[in-house]
Amino acid sequence: MLRYVSRRLVWAVPTLFIVTFLVFVAIRIGTDPVASYLRLNPRASQAKIQQYKEVNGLVGTIPQQYFHWLRHFVTGDWGRSIKGSRPVWPELKNALANTLVLGIFATTIGISVGLFIGTIAAIRQYSKFDSVASTGAFVGLSIPPYISAILLQLLFAVYITKWFNLSEPLLPTSGVYPPGHSGFDPMLRLKYLILPATVVAIQIIAVYSRYMRASLLEVKNSEYLRTARAKGISEKRVLVNHTMRNALIPVVTIAALDIGAIVGGLIITERIFQYPGMGNYFLTAFENGDFPQLMPWMVFVVIAVIMFNLLADVLYAWLDPRIRLD
Amino acid sequence: MTDSVFSVRDLRVGFPTDYGEVQAVRGIDLDVAEGELVGIVGESGSGKSVSFLGVMGLLPPSAKVTGSAKVRGLELIGADKKVVRKTRGKRMAMIFQDPLSALNPVHKIGRQIVEMIQAHQDMSKSEAQQRAVELLELVGIPQPKTRAMQFPHEFSGGMRQRVMIAMAIANDPEVLIADEPTTALDVTVQAQILEVIQRIQRELNTAVVFITHDLGVVARIADRVQVMYAGRSAERGEVHDIFMRPTHPYTQGLLSSLPASGTAGQRLHPIPGSPPNMMRPPSGCAFRTRCPHSADVCAVDPPPDLAPFGTVETACVRAHELVPEGAL
Amino acid sequence: MTDLLHTAEALTAAPSAEPTADELEGLNVESVSPARMAMRRFVHHRMAMGCLVVFLIIALFIILAPWTARYPQSHSLPPIDGQSSFVSPNSKAWFGTDELNRDLYSRVIWGGRVSLFIGLSVALTSSILGTITGAIAGYVGGWIDDILMRTTDLFLAFPLLVSLLVLRNMFAKVHQLNWLFGELSSIRFIIVLLSLVTWMGVARIVRGVVLSLKEREFVEASRAIGSKRRRIVWRHLIPNAIGPILVAMTTAVVAAIVTESTLSFFGYGVDPSQGKSSWGNLLEAARGTVQSGYWWIALFPSIVFIITILCINFIGDGLRDAFDPKQDKGRA
Repeated sequence: MLRYVSRRLVWAVPTLFIVTFLVFVAIRIGTDPVASYLRLNPRASQAKIQQYKEVNGLVGTIPQQYFHWLRHFVTGDWGRSIKGSRPVWPELKNALANTLVLGIFATTIGISVGLFIGTIAAIRQYSKFDSVASTGAFVGLSIPPYISAILLQLLFAVYITKWFNLSEPLLPTSGVYPPGHSGFDPMLRLKYLILPATVVAIQIIAVYSRYMRASLLEVKNSEYLRTARAKGISEKRVLVNHTMRNALIPVVTIAALDIGAIVGGLIITERIFQYPGMGNYFLTAFENGDFPQLMPWMVFVVIAVIMFNLLADVLYAWLDPRIRLD
Repeated sequence: MTDSVFSVRDLRVGFPTDYGEVQAVRGIDLDVAEGELVGIVGESGSGKSVSFLGVMGLLPPSAKVTGSAKVRGLELIGADKKVVRKTRGKRMAMIFQDPLSALNPVHKIGRQIVEMIQAHQDMSKSEAQQRAVELLELVGIPQPKTRAMQFPHEFSGGMRQRVMIAMAIANDPEVLIADEPTTALDVTVQAQILEVIQRIQRELNTAVVFITHDLGVVARIADRVQVMYAGRSAERGEVHDIFMRPTHPYTQGLLSSLPASGTAGQRLHPIPGSPPNMMRPPSGCAFRTRCPHSADVCAVDPPPDLAPFGTVETACVRAHELVPEGAL
Repeated sequence: MTDLLHTAEALTAAPSAEPTADELEGLNVESVSPARMAMRRFVHHRMAMGCLVVFLIIALFIILAPWTARYPQSHSLPPIDGQSSFVSPNSKAWFGTDELNRDLYSRVIWGGRVSLFIGLSVALTSSILGTITGAIAGYVGGWIDDILMRTTDLFLAFPLLVSLLVLRNMFAKVHQLNWLFGELSSIRFIIVLLSLVTWMGVARIVRGVVLSLKEREFVEASRAIGSKRRRIVWRHLIPNAIGPILVAMTTAVVAAIVTESTLSFFGYGVDPSQGKSSWGNLLEAARGTVQSGYWWIALFPSIVFIITILCINFIGDGLRDAFDPKQDKGRA
């Protein structure tokens, strides 16, 4: 087990460098920082442009540029955004925090509900509940998040207000707090989280209910359950130590991957609901071609992806010893 | 037999399906004495496994199990669930055909044995672990202490089956039901496992029900044998008697279909036809559709019970006509 | 236990005339090829069949667009009841009109053309690419397989939109690749881009199937008689993998359509100014009108879109069941 983990860890480090390098190259080619700079500072002189290039490591070969960027990055010097020349870290930090709040909130609810539904569907296989749950999951998976986001927005911003003659929308459809609000208000924060979280949760519930159902059914029909019962142990023990213990293995591994995907994954929802998280941050930076903003963002996402991939691998091997073959 | 440890009377198992009820077991009797090994022989679909799964309460809830099955007087069929559960693993244990799928792949085998022990005995974890190691040693697993910390997939087929046996005898059960334990193993390993079972049986004086379709295995280790066909018993008796002078045409067919030494190059004689549809089994003796001696009397309901015939019991109503009495 | 149920199912002879052994000996059982069995199973899957029908209807409407659509894509209608934009559904425009008074119903049909074309093209190319790669990786194994798994692992774990946008920008700038990609925002560009991302999912699925097939006896038998590797892959593995490959294709179609629409929704997909709009473009227009309450702009394209995706998903489910039936049938 230890060997398995350490092998994976050892691989993770060079992977990190390779991936960040590739990302660097892709973004460097795709966005032209100099052009962006010019766009936002149209009257900059040649000297200023040259100075900008040198300061930001935009001269030399691609590998040279990469190491220049890398050096600055690990020493904490992340530069300033091209647009507005603002320090990168504070905004990125806020975006990260916001996304984590939304992501963890939605994922926790989504996975819990999904597992619950999947379990009942498996226990009452072929029942009405099972059919409804399966169809529901299918429908949920067939509705892309941006469509459910728009429809929910439409419903709550316009129609519920109209139908119930409300003075203001029942649930807010954009932002984190009402404009001009300052300070921390959990109830209000929650209110603003509900709609975007619902959009995210729909997908999660659909996926996890199906996974749980499939996994449980496979375990239910397994012979070791019969052996467990033949041992005369209590049904509760059979359920927890055998049925659930085995059924949750694939679910847990996927959950680990999904959690890693939260960091960069809520782009659509955030954009539609104007939620100032990592997704929105990325889109804005991308649209502006704002290289200094994009790279740190990328690094965060890369780290999250690699880390949680590793976690998922390790978790899987820990839970299912048959995997520990290398 | 009045001193039988395990006693089954008129056991019936039915499975309701969308197309009708499958009558898997249609009334069998069985007695096993202490220290005795009874072989249950039959082909796939004869109901041999289902009978005992039904007695143990391991069939799906939709299955209908009726009749009587007693362990030293304790009735299991229709009994309270708790009673049945307490009997499982303690007084009556079962080992299954494929030990790889029968053992939980994610638990260490030591833990699985400990679970068996702690379900019925009041031992601390470390005591139970020690006992588990002793059991592994008992069934012939080398380096039991190390092996107890390993997982099922790290064992070979034969070793896994030994683990299953160790687990089954952990609480010194009065009855051990072995459901085709050697079918999935190759011949040499088979012999080892049979030896283990026999040794255990002698040491612990367990009553063993050994289910198999392999007549060779039965000949080797069983004291008595009971042949099943289409959910009913065809005949039963001491192994030697049955094998030397089978009285039921089915048993005769089984034995003569075996390739015997000295018959190399000759045609084999399988039993013609196939097992009947268990949703609508033939009236009377179910074997009559394939029996070379079938007569009108064979089609009369109810299906014939086992009746004494010489030193054995047979369900063939024409046995006295077909089998010369006293011929051996 | 299963033997009993098999016995029960297998014998369909009328039990009233109990056959004698002789009759049973000569019994002729009609042999059914696996393909036929699969088709039979599919037909029994009610939801899948129903969705197949619905999808074919939608596809028919879309293919016959010049006749089924009432107006050309960019045609602005003359004012209806005095209104020259955002008219709610009426007899002249069944789904209402948009800001340029274009008939939404027709635009949905024309948009379907674009979306389905892109979706199917992407699914086709990525399936071919993915099947070949996945089959080779799965069968040959070794470092080829390792590399495939590692890279696809990482790539697929990255947020899809991020990868797409970054790659889009990158490939647009690399002029050497123009021969493959075509112009930025052209339909060809999108097809190539999406294929580049989708093939990995297909490759993984096919690899998994091949891995499990590899252990089957007929492969060992084929190897034992000395078949070359290529022959084994081509004549044994791929035909047996057809089922899961078809299922993977339906998933790819859905993924492609959804991804294209997402891209177009954010303005990075099909360029509507070139005359063609996909469903994604239509929904993007809907976004701006949410506050104004022009519900038909969002509702109709959404419904058609969702129904199409649902149908393809159910068809995929039916295919999955047809090729690999297990005991559980959790559908209605």
